[in-house]
Amino acid sequence: MAVLVDANTRVMTQGFTGSQGTFHAEQGIAYGSAYVGGVTPGKGGTIHIGLPVFDTVAECVAATRANASVIYVPPPFAADAILEAIDAEVPLIICITEGIPVLDMVKVKRALDGSKSRLVGPNCPGVITPGACKIGIMPGHIHKPGSVGIVSRSGTLTYEAVAQTTAAGLGQSSCVGIGGDPVKGMDFIEVLEMFLADPETKSIVMIGEIGGQSEILAAEYLKWENFAPGKPNKPVVGFIAGATAPPGRRMGHAGAVISGGADTAEAKMTAMKAAGIHVADSPSALGSTMVKALGG
Amino acid sequence: MNIHEYQAKELLRRYGVALLEGHVAWNAEEAAAAAAKLPGPVYVVKSQIHAGGRGAGHFKEDPSGKGGVRVVKSAADVKAAADAMIGKVLVTKQTGPAGKLVSRVYVEDGCDIARELYLGLLVDRATSRLTIMASTEGGMEIEEVAEKRPEKILKVAIDPASGVSGFHARKLALGLGLTGKQVLSFTKFVLALYGAFVELDCAIVEINPLVETGAGEIVALDAKVSFDDNALFRHKDLEALRDDSEMDPKELDAVNNDLNYVALDGEIGCMVNGAGLAMATMDIIKLYGSSPANFLDVGGTATAARVTEAFRIITSDANVKAILVNIFGGIAKCDMIATGIVEATKTLSLRVPLVVRLEGTNVDLGKKILADSGLAIITADNLADAAKKVVAAVKGA
Repeated sequence: MAVLVDANTRVMTQGFTGSQGTFHAEQGIAYGSAYVGGVTPGKGGTIHIGLPVFDTVAECVAATRANASVIYVPPPFAADAILEAIDAEVPLIICITEGIPVLDMVKVKRALDGSKSRLVGPNCPGVITPGACKIGIMPGHIHKPGSVGIVSRSGTLTYEAVAQTTAAGLGQSSCVGIGGDPVKGMDFIEVLEMFLADPETKSIVMIGEIGGQSEILAAEYLKWENFAPGKPNKPVVGFIAGATAPPGRRMGHAGAVISGGADTAEAKMTAMKAAGIHVADSPSALGSTMVKALGG
Repeated sequence: MNIHEYQAKELLRRYGVALLEGHVAWNAEEAAAAAAKLPGPVYVVKSQIHAGGRGAGHFKEDPSGKGGVRVVKSAADVKAAADAMIGKVLVTKQTGPAGKLVSRVYVEDGCDIARELYLGLLVDRATSRLTIMASTEGGMEIEEVAEKRPEKILKVAIDPASGVSGFHARKLALGLGLTGKQVLSFTKFVLALYGAFVELDCAIVEINPLVETGAGEIVALDAKVSFDDNALFRHKDLEALRDDSEMDPKELDAVNNDLNYVALDGEIGCMVNGAGLAMATMDIIKLYGSSPANFLDVGGTATAARVTEAFRIITSDANVKAILVNIFGGIAKCDMIATGIVEATKTLSLRVPLVVRLEGTNVDLGKKILADSGLAIITADNLADAAKKVVAAVKGA
C-alpha cells in the first residue's frame, strides 16, 4: 500500500517538454514508475520521449487516465498550472517548482478547499514509494523498499534520512517532501495521519525546520493519535534544522525564518520530546536514533 | 526586499493610505527646503535606515546625544537635526553594534497624537491567508506584545476569494475602541492598505504607530513595507527602490550571482545544496565544537561557474579558517560540483583547508575527479565524518 503513490499511480507531467520535466520524467520511467503523458500548452498532439503531449490537463487526464500530476512549470506560471490540475480534478498534484509568489499560493490553497485534489509542495522534492513509483527530483538509487515512512520540509535533508535508513537496513515505505514554503499543500499532520494508518509503515522519521508552528502541532497530534494507549504507537524519530540560525534571517526557504518565540529549533525539539518523539541530536544520527528507537 | 520608510510612504500614498506630508532630504540644505514646504510649526526629522528602533537609538559619533528621530519646532532646527544625522552611523536595537550609515532623512509634518495604535498585514502560515493584525499597544515592538499580552492583538483572516470587506475593518475598529467617524476613517485606511499589499505583492506591511489625531483622524506615523522576493518579477519598477548599501556586501554579491547566502560570524565556510541540509550542516558544525561562517545554498542547478562564485564569496570573509562542502546530489550532480571545486581551488589559489563530502547522483565520478586533481582536498564519507574533519582542521590551524 504505502502512502500517496504506488504501482497503480499513473503519472502525468505539467511542463512536460521543458528540460526539468523531460529529465525527471525519464528518471521516473527508468525507476519503473508508470508515466503516461504530459501537458505543454501549444504542443498538444505531439509525442515527447515516447509519450503523448496535450494542451490541457483535462485532455491529458481523459486520454491517459492519469491520477497524479507533477508540476515543473516556472514560478510565474506554476500557480496557474496547479489551479488547472485542481479544475481537472486530478487526485494528487505534486508541485516541485521553487519560488512561487506567496499570494499566488494563498489563492491556490483556497481553491483546494472542497476540491477533489490533494497538493504536495510546492518547493519540494516530491513523493516516492521505493520500488514502485518515483515522482519528483530525488535520486532513486538511495532508496530501498522497507518500513520507515519519511516526511520532511527539506529536500536534501530528506535524502540524508533516506541514505541513513537504507544503510541501517530498514528501507522506506514512502517518502513525502512537503516543501519549504510558508503556504503549501499537505502539512505534517496530514502525512502523519496516512503513515499511522498504513500497515507497511512501521516507524516514522519527521524532519522539520525553524519557522512556523506546524512541527509543534504535529508533535501534539502524535501525542494523542500515536503515542496514547490503544493508538498505533509507531516509533517516531524527529529532527529540526536551523538550531544555529539567527532570528529574523531567512535561511533559504521562504518558510525558514524565526519570527519570534515558539518557532525556534529548540522550542520545536522540546515539544517533540514532550510528545514522545525520539529527537536526533545530529542530522547524521537519524538512522542510528531510529535503530535505537526500534530496539527499545 | 526591504525599502525605506519614505519610499514605503510614497508608495502607500498612491493607494490612498492616509499619511502626513513629508519630503526626503539628502543633506541639511534639502532638509531646510523640505521644512519650508511643510505647514509647521512642528516638524519631525527621521533617519532613513532599514532597521527599527531609530528613535531610541544613538549615533556612534555622539553616543550620549539624541536618537535617530527628532521632533523640532523650526526650519533652522530641522536643518541642524539633519546635519547631526546625515553621514553618521545610527545604532539601534535592530542594527547590532555596528550600526548603519544614515545617508538621507525624511522631514515630515508634525502631528497632534491622541492615541497610538498598531496595524500590520502579513500572510499567516497557520491559516494560509492574508491576515490583518491590530492592537491598541501602538509604538511598542509587536513581538513583545505578542509574547506578553497576546490578547491585545486582534486578528482577522481574509478569504482571498472575496477579498477584504468593510466589516473586517469595522470589527477591528470596534475592538480597538474607535467610535463615530474614527471607524470610517480607520475602515478607509485598512481597505487602502490591503489594496496596496495585494497589488504590490508585499510580504509585510506594518504601520507602527498608527495614530488617532486630536481631530479624530486615523493616519500612519511610520510605515514598514517589505516585498515578496518571489513576486518581484511582476514588479520591475520596484527594483529601483532597492538600496544596496543596506546589505552586507557579501550577501549583495551572492544575490547578484543568484546564490542563497547569509553571513554569520563563525569560522567555517559552508557550501551546501538545499536549504534544509545547509542549516543542518551549520548545526552539526556547532555540535562538533566550532561555528559556521555562513549559510550558503548553491541550489539544485549548481554549475562549475556557480561553485566558483560561491567559493569566491565564502573566502572573501576574512574569518573563514576552513571550508566544508556538503553535497547530497539529487538534481545537482556530484561530478559537476567536483569539477567546480577543482576549478575554484585553482582559480582562487585557496589557502584554507577544504573538506568535501559528496553523496548522491554521480558520486563515484565526483570522487574520482577530486582524487585525480592532485589537490589537497580532505574527503569525507558522511556528514558526521565531514564535520569532525573540518573542525579538526580549524583547531589544528
